Amino acid sequence: MPKSLISIHDFTKEEMLHVLSIAQEFEKNKVQPILRDKVIATLFFEPSTRTRLSFETASNRLGARVIGFSDAGNTSVSKGETLKDTIKMVSNYVDLIVMRHPLEGAARYASEVASVPVINAGDGANQHPSQTMLDLYTINQTQGRLTDIKINMVGDLKYGRTVHSLLQAMSHFEPDFTFTAPDELMMPQEYKDFLNAKGIPYRETRELEGNINDCDILYMTRVQQERFTDPMEYEKVKNTYNLTASMLAGAKENMKILHPLPRVTEIAQDVDDTPHAYYFKQAENGVYVRMAIIAYLLGYK
Amino acid sequence: MEKGSKELKVSAIKNGTVLDHIPADQLFKVITILGLKDCPNQITFGMNLDSKRLGKKAIIKVADRLFEEKEINKIALVAPDAKINVIKDFEVVEKKVLRVPEQIVGIVKCANPKCITNHQPITTKFETEFEDGVLKLHCHYCEKNTSSENIKIITEN
Repeated sequence: MPKSLISIHDFTKEEMLHVLSIAQEFEKNKVQPILRDKVIATLFFEPSTRTRLSFETASNRLGARVIGFSDAGNTSVSKGETLKDTIKMVSNYVDLIVMRHPLEGAARYASEVASVPVINAGDGANQHPSQTMLDLYTINQTQGRLTDIKINMVGDLKYGRTVHSLLQAMSHFEPDFTFTAPDELMMPQEYKDFLNAKGIPYRETRELEGNINDCDILYMTRVQQERFTDPMEYEKVKNTYNLTASMLAGAKENMKILHPLPRVTEIAQDVDDTPHAYYFKQAENGVYVRMAIIAYLLGYK
Repeated sequence: MEKGSKELKVSAIKNGTVLDHIPADQLFKVITILGLKDCPNQITFGMNLDSKRLGKKAIIKVADRLFEEKEINKIALVAPDAKINVIKDFEVVEKKVLRVPEQIVGIVKCANPKCITNHQPITTKFETEFEDGVLKLHCHYCEKNTSSENIKIITEN
């Protein structure tokens, strides 16, 4: 079975650092068409404009051709084709598959039936490892290191897969966490157990103000409507946090605000003009990190 | 095991395997896990028998059959305290201790409704973990845990 990236656990600490250093190379020198003779499939069984465009840009920058679909609605999937058959067929056409699927575990299964590497671009609420890698890359870029970073995670810590994966990835680097969430969206116990087992400190709070000044990274997340089964519960929590520029007056100079995007109301527009805003650069970094992941999995770096 | 003086609710077998101390409500799950439905041997069951330890217990006696460790360990999922006795000439010649296997393939349904295995024809796969003595099944696909009280056995293949 070729090496795939399905879950952040699939990479060792050394592999993470290796991919991050390749990404640095790509950021310095964006034009490296080392995959000129390759074809990459982007199979999006669930729409996601940002992630798909980022992967397709990364593929194009590497010189590869891209095929795929952005919505399963007009494919044979709507005729009842199994995921196995779709993946078997596509893996005969291409050199690497990038896929997003609404069901959890779909990417792991695809990697077991595919004859080419698979990159998980999100499987339901489970994993989205390229997002985690670009978060690590951005933390390293803004702080000059990955070890001993104070991170305040804010918003939907219950359903937000990016915070769960980031927490697991950062556990290699002696972090210090603050979890800021309303009662309904607190960090699940299994992740707190994980931190306890590793001896990593964390504290939990409902208040955003008062927890901004001592962190290096303020990791904001959107409350994702699509993860809620009960619309009443969503209405109750959707506008809990609203970060504005005036709240940043006492923040550390090196403090950067990250957000997996898209944002809604959790970061006000006036924050964009502060030196702490880093989420657009973070999204740009996604292209370099995805170039690095693709090149690494195909054995080019 | 059953002494000659004790009255047997389920008649003794000459050779084979006795599975005792199964919680009464888990009997049919054990039958499913071991695939006894399709077993041609003589099988006797007892259910809701009095038990000091379990209150109500169940017992299964399968004549002329020995189970492989790998096979029998699967029932630890639903009957972790079951006693497995190998019988030869009406005597217990071996007592087997159940050990929860490290990996469970098939048998159990993933409790996560959004797991791919509940939507596509995929064999489930779990790693077993103990957290504070409680058994949890970690899904190889969706990475969510199914706790022991949520274990649902797949009856049809």
